[in-house]
Amino acid sequence: MQYSRLQHLIPAIAVLALSVVVLWISYTQQPAEAFLFPRLIAIFLAGFAVWNFIRALLGLSRIGGGLSKQEVLNILPGLVVMLVYAFWASKALGFYVASTITFFLVYTLYDPSALTDGKAWLRRLFISLAFMAVIYALFAILLKVQTPRGLFF
Amino acid sequence: MEFLSYFGGVFEPTAFLLLLGGTIGGLILGATPGLSPTMAVALLIPFTFQLQPVQGLILLGAAYTSTVAGGAVSAILLRIPGAPANIATALDGNEMARNGEGARALHLSFLSSGIGGVIGVLLLIFMTPILARWALAFGPSHLFWLAILGVTVIGSLDSKSFVKGLLSGCLGLWLSMIGYDDIQGAQRFIFHSSLTGGINIIAALIGLFAIPQVLDMMSKGRQKRSIERIEVPRQPFGSSIRELFRSFRALSIGTVTGSIIGLIPGVGGQIAGLVAYDQAKKFSPDRDKFGTGHAEGVVAAESANNAMVGPSLVPLLTLSIPGSPTAAVLLGGLLIHGIFPGSDLFDNYPEVAWTFINSMLVGQILMVIFGIWTAAWAARIARVPVPIMAAAVLILAIYGSYSVQQNMGDVYVMLTLGIGMFILEKFGFSAAPLVLGLILGPIAEANFIQGSMIANAIDGPFAYFMTGPLNLFLIALVILSVGYSFLMTMRDRKRQEQV
Repeated sequence: MQYSRLQHLIPAIAVLALSVVVLWISYTQQPAEAFLFPRLIAIFLAGFAVWNFIRALLGLSRIGGGLSKQEVLNILPGLVVMLVYAFWASKALGFYVASTITFFLVYTLYDPSALTDGKAWLRRLFISLAFMAVIYALFAILLKVQTPRGLFF
Repeated sequence: MEFLSYFGGVFEPTAFLLLLGGTIGGLILGATPGLSPTMAVALLIPFTFQLQPVQGLILLGAAYTSTVAGGAVSAILLRIPGAPANIATALDGNEMARNGEGARALHLSFLSSGIGGVIGVLLLIFMTPILARWALAFGPSHLFWLAILGVTVIGSLDSKSFVKGLLSGCLGLWLSMIGYDDIQGAQRFIFHSSLTGGINIIAALIGLFAIPQVLDMMSKGRQKRSIERIEVPRQPFGSSIRELFRSFRALSIGTVTGSIIGLIPGVGGQIAGLVAYDQAKKFSPDRDKFGTGHAEGVVAAESANNAMVGPSLVPLLTLSIPGSPTAAVLLGGLLIHGIFPGSDLFDNYPEVAWTFINSMLVGQILMVIFGIWTAAWAARIARVPVPIMAAAVLILAIYGSYSVQQNMGDVYVMLTLGIGMFILEKFGFSAAPLVLGLILGPIAEANFIQGSMIANAIDGPFAYFMTGPLNLFLIALVILSVGYSFLMTMRDRKRQEQV
């Protein structure tokens, strides 16, 4: 992937901003004794973040190829499914139902088989159900994990 | 020879079944490209909650050992290293398979892994008590510096970028402080209600190691993976053993190199395999044959990456400094069972420590037997399509992080850290120092506070933390690890500029 200074600047700014917030909180919050160690760490965190930012600004930060537009576009649908599942569907629909749908959706989104292939749909459905049956046996029956039930289960 | 009296625990039915399951499961997981040993062990931790500490550790130890060896299957048969540790194995192993010697390559790979692994674990058995006795002299200031050393060593040696490695370590240390302060009870950095109880180590480990892998698989899009199917004709096992004896030099080089590299915190199996391969090539009269399907290449690489496993646990069990990212995850597994590794581990929990170590010894033998037996099966599983892998790892990560405390907050933390780590990794940051910071942060802080109290009562913080031979020795190691990494970065930059 082609090197991009701007791409390296964005995470460098984000980490620098975070380190400034950490430094500020460490020196302003009370009781001061509770923030003794965080202050020590915040100084080093901010120091390295500034160093990293300067390197990115000068174009010296070249480790890591960054993310291409195509990679972002590839990830986006899967990421949306992942976030909807974790932050909404798992509680609203129930953990197991939401997980089955998520497995099926992620598999379908990234399966290279043609979407018109009926056999591929059946295969995806069967594998999703079989995998979730194993997960149910492991977590619900063996480990007795109580999961949010939601609309279904 | 105290360890001999704890062999019985390994052969208790539940423990032995877990060892067997961990070994076979680890071999299959290891053969699956994209599932690194670290991630496999992190995903297994939630399954150990219901087990006794020793049983949980046996399962994790077996998975650690066999995932490293299992990675050779896909390296040999598919030219896709199952783990970074198996990169060197693919060089000659796959050529052997193409030349119709796939079965011999697999035999040699598991036999040399087993021999290297056994010697590595023996080193662990004999070195650990000596170091543990030495570690008894450690006070709060020394333990503080040790925790800092753990972060700086991994941060500087395990990362491609010196600054980003140390920055990742600092980020991990900061993350470990989120939640309520133990002494004052004050809230620290609680930006969201999910963070009230602090960051759960297991959820963080799963997020930091599994989610970036899932996103990485997704980033490839709807690609059809074309994997060449290599036929593996049967070959007599006896001839493989004779071949192993002929490759004694490569086996010795691999085992010694792997053991030494394993002892150095922060230097992983990937380096062990590649260094051993390079050394075996240098010392071999048939060095021209390396890369064309030479048995010595497979033997050197595989004996090294498994010989590294045992010694990488020496600093973990004695000084609480994990020698590798997988050892850091194992440390997380120990802590959730209330076991704090260190100088008194062998006094307080001898049955846990020795049974675990002994199980790794037995596990090496099981790994050889089942590795050869399940290799063909594991290779088939290694061909599992990427979308199934991505979906399965995502679901396992969510269930694994949720089941720790049966709390959705842990799932949110896991996903946030995982997505953040994926982006950071794309820009040269690495998960290992961040994890080390997260795990060693509370240890560093507790000893820093305790040391400060002692210091205030005697000579003051400077004299307490910065003087004394042991403090100075540890500070020198911290400076040395950072300085060495800095010099290496400068040298690499100069080389790149020259090119």
